[in-house]
Amino acid sequence: MNFETTIGLEVHVELKTNSKIYSPSPVEYGDQPNRNTNVIDWGYPGVLPTLNKGVVRDGIMAGLALHAQIARHMHFDRKNYFYPDNPKAYQITQSETPIAHDGWIEIEVDGKKKKIGIKEMHIEEDAGKNTHTSKYSYVDLNRQGTPLIEIVSKPDIASPEEAVAYLEALRQRIQFTGISDVKMEEGSMRVDTNISIRPVGSDKFGTKTEMKNINSFNYVRKALEFEQKRHQNVLLSGGHIAQETRRYDEATGETISMRTKEGSDDYRYFPEPDIPDLNIEQEWIDEINSEMPEMPGERRAHYVNDLGLTDYDAMVLTQTKEMSDFFEEAVKDGGDPKRVANYLMNDVNSYLNDKQVDLPDTKLTPANLAGMVKLIEDGTISSKMAKKVFKGILDGEEPQAYAKEHGLVQLSDPAQLQPIVDDVLANNEQSIEDFKNGKDRAVGYLMGQIMKQTRGKANPQVVTKLLMKSLNAK
Amino acid sequence: MASKITEQQVEHVAELAKLEFKDEELTKFTTQLGSIIDMFEDLTNVDTDGVEPMTSASDRENVMREDKAVKSSKEETDALLDNAPDTDDGYIKVPAIIDESEDGE
Amino acid sequence: MDFYQTDLSQLHDDLKNKKISATELTKETFDHIKENEDQVKAFITLNEDEAMKKAAEIDQQGINDDQLTAGIPLAVKDNILTKGLKTTAASKMLEKFKPVYDATVVEKLNNNGFINVGKTNLDEFAMGSSTENSAFFTTHNPWDLTRVPGGSSGGSAAAVAAGDVLGALGTDTGGSIRMPASFNGIVGMKPTYGRVSRWGIIAFGSSFDQVGWLTRTVKDNALLTQMISGNDEHDMTSSRKEVPNWAAQLNDDTSVKGLRIAVPKEYFEGINDDVHEVIKSALAHLESLGAVIDEVSLPHTKYGVPAYYILASSEASSNLQRYDGIRYGFRAEDVKNIEDVYVRSRTEGFGEEVKRRIMLGTFSLSAGFYDAYFNKAAKVRRLIAQDFENVFKDYDVILGATGASTAFKIGAEINDPQTMYMNDVLTVPVNMAGLPAMSIPAGFSSKNGMPVGLQIIGKPFDEQTVYNTAYVFEQTTDAHKKAPKLGGQN
Ligand SMILES: [Mg+2]
Ligand SMILES: [Zn+2]
Repeated sequence: MNFETTIGLEVHVELKTNSKIYSPSPVEYGDQPNRNTNVIDWGYPGVLPTLNKGVVRDGIMAGLALHAQIARHMHFDRKNYFYPDNPKAYQITQSETPIAHDGWIEIEVDGKKKKIGIKEMHIEEDAGKNTHTSKYSYVDLNRQGTPLIEIVSKPDIASPEEAVAYLEALRQRIQFTGISDVKMEEGSMRVDTNISIRPVGSDKFGTKTEMKNINSFNYVRKALEFEQKRHQNVLLSGGHIAQETRRYDEATGETISMRTKEGSDDYRYFPEPDIPDLNIEQEWIDEINSEMPEMPGERRAHYVNDLGLTDYDAMVLTQTKEMSDFFEEAVKDGGDPKRVANYLMNDVNSYLNDKQVDLPDTKLTPANLAGMVKLIEDGTISSKMAKKVFKGILDGEEPQAYAKEHGLVQLSDPAQLQPIVDDVLANNEQSIEDFKNGKDRAVGYLMGQIMKQTRGKANPQVVTKLLMKSLNAK
Repeated sequence: MASKITEQQVEHVAELAKLEFKDEELTKFTTQLGSIIDMFEDLTNVDTDGVEPMTSASDRENVMREDKAVKSSKEETDALLDNAPDTDDGYIKVPAIIDESEDGE
Repeated sequence: MDFYQTDLSQLHDDLKNKKISATELTKETFDHIKENEDQVKAFITLNEDEAMKKAAEIDQQGINDDQLTAGIPLAVKDNILTKGLKTTAASKMLEKFKPVYDATVVEKLNNNGFINVGKTNLDEFAMGSSTENSAFFTTHNPWDLTRVPGGSSGGSAAAVAAGDVLGALGTDTGGSIRMPASFNGIVGMKPTYGRVSRWGIIAFGSSFDQVGWLTRTVKDNALLTQMISGNDEHDMTSSRKEVPNWAAQLNDDTSVKGLRIAVPKEYFEGINDDVHEVIKSALAHLESLGAVIDEVSLPHTKYGVPAYYILASSEASSNLQRYDGIRYGFRAEDVKNIEDVYVRSRTEGFGEEVKRRIMLGTFSLSAGFYDAYFNKAAKVRRLIAQDFENVFKDYDVILGATGASTAFKIGAEINDPQTMYMNDVLTVPVNMAGLPAMSIPAGFSSKNGMPVGLQIIGKPFDEQTVYNTAYVFEQTTDAHKKAPKLGGQN
């Protein structure tokens, strides 16, 4: 029997706002436990939420970036469940009227393009964090109230490869809007999956199983592949799939059934009485649309058509917004696009891989990279010298000052070079004769002598010009 | 109309609400809730076709706050921790969570 | 100090002119409270030390013209947060809870120099009509100590009726200010939903809850309500409408001549004869003063109680989930795991009525029942609000009784929740629609001598017309002048 697979993905993305979604506490990490909290975050008696306009704006921007319809009228709902990191014992979310619906993104798998539908997106609050020991749990509410966008796909994803392609495309588009870091390893992007299979041609979906909080794209693919095979084996051996939540075990590469408590999934949603309804004006949507940063596709076209890069270069540079922003900044600072691109794709990337760091975590700045590229362009430094200067700018050094300080400057002043040229010619009468007799090798020899006298610092282009002029005058 | 709620249902609702009733309480509650729910049944006599539910009496809409952060003082967060039944090194301390299946919404 | 002999403006003048000092006034207030408290039991917490300190400060600083409540002793219902002063909601759950912030209403009063004498008793989490649901003790009606003061703001009402204070803050979710005002022969106003900030009010039914005052006189009420009203950035549902100086319009020229009064026929179905009698003569009195009175219909009135109990209990079931033993308040002893913390803390920390409402609300929202209960009730709520809108097209105010009966005996209804809930039949529709409404003393029962309250309901944000009507009635009648005789019961 042949099966077809249906995958649904729910992605939570943390927004980079200044303050929380329903309280003015800062959205910040790495602080001491519970320091970024207030009475609202603790769900104190008598507190009320206040809605952060920045979150609504970011939600609309995400909707636009994913080609979705923005809800013109919306309200918030309470989702009720008890957990120590959920202080009110309800999450304020949007269940009836999500901020955006019916969007799509394009993915490419094996050279084939496909549109994956997005059912809906809603804005909601994140919970705090629990740390467990065997006897106690410790609750830190710093994350409580951090704004989230939850993005729910349509059941259009037909394979684990497509799932990962969807997640990559989604991450890239969201990242380019600038509303989130979308980093799985830091938890600012979290993925829940569900998967079902059915015999080809069947018009009814199979029973689905869920997996929550898988923490890398690679594990998402592996977990889905495992589930896909497990479903097939169960069905082929005459069994049936239980609707349940499973966990992916990274060590064994298998999925494991989780104990689910009876009745724990009755969330008793109802409209949040403390937050008045929103009516979103078209003007506001237009304004947000006009502030929308260029998406990767638009940037790639710009790089190829206006800056003369190859398709491949453009694709590599737009893999992350950080790299692409850095590139554009360096070009704006006067760096030659092709040279800047080459440095980023080669030297910079291998440095990042080597050190396992992200571009913003280094001391390298677009201005310094552009400055170094300009020194190469105008002949101040040779490409050999550039290798050394590059080490300097990785440490945050200003390239010109660094080159000077370390004697990495080419001799380009004709007034200084002419006496050396004259001196070398005076001592090599034979070579002048050879040149007049049409022996080109003589020029190379003379150049070598001049470079030797300047200990390699002479600018070859300037020297060539001076030498030829002097020879022809003889 | 006969009572619409059974003891099993009352137990299920109690579980959702994190409450527990002893046997005799459960019987009493079931009877009381049953008669109140019977009273609720009166509403079936009202024709509500095409009526929009009303869930607020506020005259406001589009109320939003500018995205500005205000950090609590150390005194304020200390006062919050002081009110907690048990804390440890700035964390709220609770007896171990056994079931982790509900984590992360 | 006998607050029956004076009012807010008079006391303010006396304090300003140093006829009496804030310290003397506060001291006398506590003497009076202590004389009554054994019998009435209006207060959960007395704030004597802080109050005396504050009074001394006021005496030192002097009082500005605009500081109307400076040096004036007033009481606060114990579900309203007072920083550093225990706030219990009359629940074991919060028996030792000390808030770390003030409710907006308290902050406003503090800024105006009021003296907080203490926190008054209530039904636990404001759920009830008698204060018998307090986890600590039942408050007694100063008019007859064997009777309830009504609820849930029963402590506030009894404190005012006993002459302890000129005014006390209350909250009203389904009648919790008006009902006790009626039972205690005093004035109680529930302002329009959104008029007063709910920040720092322990939430019960968030889309119904409003703060208001229980006072001796209509004018005091108008002055005090103005002081706590207005938009608050902490409460997104709080209105931006301008707050008028209502009291400024209450004077010798205030009249009900030509006032169009609607009297719903449904408000007379099932009310006791003694109450009916007093309300009928109150209406006749207003008519004699030139008001135009017509009978109208509010056809969905009888669905108010079931719809209200579904919606308010649903909101309450969610609002009260935060009392879980984790971050503040009561945590049960010897708990093994988190489930234990939840179930035992909540089971031991909440009283019976609170559990009943949580159960009703949880049931109404649960899978499979939402449409039949919560959503149906929310639609009926719309119809009830529309009934009012229709009547207000042609009328200025709606009048009727506040309660179907006078204060009942302690213990008489406590074991019959359904009958208890029906006490609210005349008050809950007002909260459903978010309207301003007031109860004022209309007279006394010929059967038992207990006070009867007249309810005046206004258009949204038209507290002025409600106050005007109440003021004229008060100024031309004597019911409000009678005081209960504590000690020797009448
Ligand atoms: Mg979800
Ligand atoms: Zn979510």
